[in-house]
Amino acid sequence: MNTEKKSIFNKISDTGLLLTITIVIFFAMYLGAIIFQGGGFTKPQMFFNILNSNAALIITACGMSVVMITGGIDISVGGVVALVSMCCAVYLDHHNGSILGSILIALGIGVLYGLVQGFLVAYLDIQPFIVSLAGMFFARGMTTIVNTAPFNVANEAFTKLKLTRINIPGMGTVNKKGIYVPAYVEIGVIVAFVIVILLFLVLRWTRLGRSFYAVGGNKQSALMLGINVQRTKFLSHLICSVLAGIGGYVYFLHVGSGSASHAMGMEMNAIASSIIGGTMLTGGVGNIIGTLFGVLSLSTIQNIVSSAGLDQAWWTGITIAAMLCIFLLIQSVVMAQKKRALKN
Amino acid sequence: MSKQINNNESFLKRLVGNQLFIPLIALILLAVINLINDPGFFKITLGTNNAGYPVFSGYLITILDYGSELGILAIGMTLVTAASGGQDISVGATIAIAGSAMLRILCGGTSRPTEIQAPIIVAFLVACVVGMLCGAFNGILVAVFKIQPMIATLILFTAGRSIAAWINNNELPIVPDPKFAYFGGFIPGIPIPTTVFIVIACIIVIALVLKFTNLGLYTQAVGINENSSRLNGINPTFIKFLTFVILGLCVAVAALIKVSRLSTINYSVIAKDIEMDAILAVALGGNALSGGKFNMWASILGAYVIQFLTTTLYKFNVSSDALAAYKAVVVILLVVFSAPKVREQMGQLGKKLGSSKKGVA
Repeated sequence: MNTEKKSIFNKISDTGLLLTITIVIFFAMYLGAIIFQGGGFTKPQMFFNILNSNAALIITACGMSVVMITGGIDISVGGVVALVSMCCAVYLDHHNGSILGSILIALGIGVLYGLVQGFLVAYLDIQPFIVSLAGMFFARGMTTIVNTAPFNVANEAFTKLKLTRINIPGMGTVNKKGIYVPAYVEIGVIVAFVIVILLFLVLRWTRLGRSFYAVGGNKQSALMLGINVQRTKFLSHLICSVLAGIGGYVYFLHVGSGSASHAMGMEMNAIASSIIGGTMLTGGVGNIIGTLFGVLSLSTIQNIVSSAGLDQAWWTGITIAAMLCIFLLIQSVVMAQKKRALKN
Repeated sequence: MSKQINNNESFLKRLVGNQLFIPLIALILLAVINLINDPGFFKITLGTNNAGYPVFSGYLITILDYGSELGILAIGMTLVTAASGGQDISVGATIAIAGSAMLRILCGGTSRPTEIQAPIIVAFLVACVVGMLCGAFNGILVAVFKIQPMIATLILFTAGRSIAAWINNNELPIVPDPKFAYFGGFIPGIPIPTTVFIVIACIIVIALVLKFTNLGLYTQAVGINENSSRLNGINPTFIKFLTFVILGLCVAVAALIKVSRLSTINYSVIAKDIEMDAILAVALGGNALSGGKFNMWASILGAYVIQFLTTTLYKFNVSSDALAAYKAVVVILLVVFSAPKVREQMGQLGKKLGSSKKGVA
């Protein structure tokens, strides 16, 4: 038994090992919720609702993972999400703009953020934490400068897009009155899954994706392999900010309003999801599928807490932190064991 | 670097190369801007407060007063940064926990007591223990379990304010004793804010510790190279743990000031974003956020520069919501200015200037 374990440890890469832990824990948790809480968790729509309300977090967390794999960090994403939703809301509501225009605004903000932060981090060698900290301050401040009061968007085309639902065949349930209620997801979920798949492919099989891992793992050896370290870092920040822009639009599509207090603490949720998903802040280790499961685990915990009747606000914070703590400890212990196993 | 070479070139190089250069230049720049905008900025007047005691008032006093929490936190944050190469992002949340514990002891679990239930010193000591326990929790995660500091402290960052609310059952007790408000305000008869004395006491303590113990040396050694410091007989695990506990102590002192200012607490707002300002103070002081060598005084100076900036922005009628955007621009400018690559260029420019002058002479 023991020897078998050792060989498994040897075979699985760091990324794969952490990913397996995350997925197993997520399924165990969801099964536990179904068995012990029942109710909403037995219906497929509960799962799709988790997806609907967290599509934006999935997208931003994916961007965060790319930066973290490359060895950086970006804590401006929450601010960018708030800024994007506020700008789009003002454009659509006050100026009666078009959907295409608002999408372009979202992408534009993301690209601009990526260019500036990427340049400062990659070419001027400034710490990514400080750069994105300033970026976060700037985005939050700009959001209130654009518009102080929160408001709902009343734009016909936008409302139509917001209410668009994609039914999933075979997953619906029959309600008490005997009417069939189809299960649905919003457009944002489709966008999120396209991005997850795209990023998964890029990180796995393209030269750029592999160079992200190489730079994050060891800058010096990456340089000796002929990888353009500065450009790789720059691109990782660009991808993260653009995804934050897209995530901002998806978030906006879900809530349909602009407010300076939108997406408060989203950067921390994104970082936490990435870590739960097995990405390491030191760089070089991580997986997009893991990040997806990280977001799902995080939001499932939130749902379990709120449906368990622990409605006092503080329980959510404490349980999420406790889960994060357990995940981190498991990761730490497993990695230490693996190291020992490799030594032997 | 020796004093004998006292020509223009090396002076410029030394000036630009000094760690205190950036925060000092920023401070002077801010002071000049304020002087041009309003010559009365530096005026300090002796007035009386609500209770009828003489107090100094003026923008400079405000900066010294409100910058004190940041200054105290900067001390601990510098040590943590130097030893572990990471930052503690939970200080705001742990201030809420320590403050809440302090109120719980003072008010005995009731929200509107008529008199305090325990001496202030006991409450403060409990807060110190709570703060150090939080620090120890972070420290164990970082030092023993080898989790990156920012991630390890993310746990308390998420849970801290919830725990603080839980300690007092989500009530907002008000301390009835006016003596408790002295720590964040004025002691009757002394016109200088009490916080200034607290900061000075903290600075003296840390100066003595750095002077008479090996803490500074060991911290830097661990930060520069953990393995070689272990080979030299230092215990890196213990040093990292110790820096987090020291930061916990700083947090407790900052919590005393914060809670005392209002005599009550607001769990979701107290010390909000202070962790970002504290990290910024360390960075502004020219300390590498990746650990290693540090300059304590530059960090403390950095903290006051940030407070100076905040006060200046308020003076220019910037609303508190939009404050962050302007702060960000200034921070980016400062950081770009102090980036090693840019400074290298500046140093070369200085050299060129020096040599061209020499050539002319």
